[in-house]
Amino acid sequence: MMTIKMKKGSPHIDKIFKYIAIGAGTYVVALVVMLVVNLSTGSVQVWQHEGIGFLTGSDWNSVEGRESYGAFPYIMGTLVNAGIAMLISVPLSFGIAMFLSELSPKLLRTPLAMVVELLAAVPSVIYGLWGLYVFRTYIQDWIEVPLHNLFGDQSIIFAGTPFGLDILTASIVLAIMIVPTIASISREIMIAVPNSQREAAYMLGATKWEAFRLAVLPYSKSGLIGAVILGLGRAVGETMAVTMLIGNTTGAAAIPTSLFQPSQTMASIMANEFAEASQGGLHLAALVGIGLILFIIAFLINVIAHFLVAKVVKSHEGAVLA
Amino acid sequence: MTKKIFLGLALMLILLVPTTVLSAHAESAPPAEPDAKDKYNFNAGGATFPFPLIDKWRVEYNKNYPGITLNYQAVGSGAGIKLFTTKKVEFAGSDAPLQAADIKKAPAGTLHIPETMGAIVVTYNLPGVQTNGLLLTGDVIAKIFLGQIIYWHDPAIVHLQKDPSIAQALKQDRNKIIVVHRSDGSGTTFAFTSYLSQVSSDWNGKVGKGTSVPWQAGMGGSGNAGVAAIVKKVPESLGYVELAYAKGNKMASGIPMTYAFVQNHDKTAFLDATVATTAAAAKGAISSLPAADGVWSNVSINDAPGPNAYPIATFTYLLVNPNLEQLKGMDKQKAQDLVHMLYWFVTDGQKYSEKLSYVPLPSAVQELDKKGISQIKFNGQQLWSYP
Repeated sequence: MMTIKMKKGSPHIDKIFKYIAIGAGTYVVALVVMLVVNLSTGSVQVWQHEGIGFLTGSDWNSVEGRESYGAFPYIMGTLVNAGIAMLISVPLSFGIAMFLSELSPKLLRTPLAMVVELLAAVPSVIYGLWGLYVFRTYIQDWIEVPLHNLFGDQSIIFAGTPFGLDILTASIVLAIMIVPTIASISREIMIAVPNSQREAAYMLGATKWEAFRLAVLPYSKSGLIGAVILGLGRAVGETMAVTMLIGNTTGAAAIPTSLFQPSQTMASIMANEFAEASQGGLHLAALVGIGLILFIIAFLINVIAHFLVAKVVKSHEGAVLA
Repeated sequence: MTKKIFLGLALMLILLVPTTVLSAHAESAPPAEPDAKDKYNFNAGGATFPFPLIDKWRVEYNKNYPGITLNYQAVGSGAGIKLFTTKKVEFAGSDAPLQAADIKKAPAGTLHIPETMGAIVVTYNLPGVQTNGLLLTGDVIAKIFLGQIIYWHDPAIVHLQKDPSIAQALKQDRNKIIVVHRSDGSGTTFAFTSYLSQVSSDWNGKVGKGTSVPWQAGMGGSGNAGVAAIVKKVPESLGYVELAYAKGNKMASGIPMTYAFVQNHDKTAFLDATVATTAAAAKGAISSLPAADGVWSNVSINDAPGPNAYPIATFTYLLVNPNLEQLKGMDKQKAQDLVHMLYWFVTDGQKYSEKLSYVPLPSAVQELDKKGISQIKFNGQQLWSYP
């Protein structure tokens, strides 16, 4: 039997280490619990006032004496906005990651990967300002006006007055913002696939694409899902850039129907109205309530992701986890 | 002889005493200046609209009285009121007076000290009209923001124009009006929607007044700067901003931001928003103002009577707790210095207003402010008396 001799004094260090670790672990749990408690108690008033109608209603009126709140348009706005952003950014990010891990010349890999990571560090207000002052006009002149003229007001998704501050612009800029996040994580995961897997595929006569599909993709699937979920998390919660670009309508007008229509997300309405909502009033409770819904949605996304990853891991033993 | 001198002296005394007393009455001494060895920092916060002016005051006051510093956080009126009612700040800035719900939570007898005024202009970006002076009435503005007037060539707008070239340009414009409003809660919105509620019963019924309201048309930009940025960039748009922002911004084409002249209350003229017309608005409303410790929730200098009164104007207020001993870290000398600083804001400080496109307070409002400031107490003791 083997024993490991401890140095003098180390039991204390061991204890200290234990308490620090427990403290750090408790901190995370305590933070989440306090968050939920605070969001719940802060929004009690609006749930009492509106009931389930707070989730399904689309009225948003904070004028004293006529108050009425419904979060439905902003829930839809968030989901549609993040959904379109994901549709654009996921294929693009996987393409970047594939190029960097499989196709690009060795010399280019590190500098390109660094550039991608650098993009992830650009603050969102920069993307927002760029979108507002530069990108918006391109979208308006080159995409929205031609599409609108081609399909007209009859087509639902291209209806409305195209002026560039709408769901489409906000989604595209959001997509640009989350590409670096998804791409850099996906690249790490693809690189982590052991070369023996690729070599085995090539040995069987696979082309580059076949090797990727048969060897790299199955091996890294769960990690890639993790990368997508991280991107989605950022898309759902992104505030600054979206607020600057989405047009910020309230009430029923914010329910997204057309791509060329201003809307509002949960994060942006909180950012817009929080500072002026009167203390202890129903308006503030409604905004906190929206925070609670956003928290629950983010939580659900994570739970679903967890199950997805677990499922994939089961079917592919030894897959790389992000 | 001596009798005559005595008589003369007595007569002089009788004549002089009342006049000196009277003149002392009218020209009451300002509050005591801060002591040279005083070292105090005042925390304040609230409205963003007066921030450039308050920041100027901070710098100038500190030059005169180096021991006194001010830290004003421009966090928004609503957040300012929150800080004020929870007694986290020595005073707060708010563009809207305290409303019924706030009054309940605020310290008893809260003082409203109007510290400056501003006008709100309806700004537009029309390629066909490159100058100020599109003519609009309150009713037409309300209809545009209600989404009832959709096109620039609507006869309701065209018929108001006296300049034939503007009328012609509007007639040829086949575009929809892109309406821009504030997306964030704001005192500017409060003043603007109060005006529309006053002049249009339709607006009052459907929307009402508030720091954020259920808009019936258009899109939102964040802050005065956000609305200005959209109007500058998007042709055929129309929005509302503080006069200072319209003056300070240029269109994409390089001309200053264009804004409309609005019909006065008397319906006799369309007025440009200037320092003079805004001051006239305050004069028109002066008789209806409450005392500083009164209820201000319905005070408005919008749509004030008078031929030269620009109709969309607003006070912005400093909110002060009249019983300063309730604040943490306050002592009598510090309270005394706060009184002096507030007094300086509404008197000497006013000379910095005009350069920053704010409207200096008319003397009648200054008087009201001074009376308000004289009500500030520490442990029940008045710090400065003003008749």
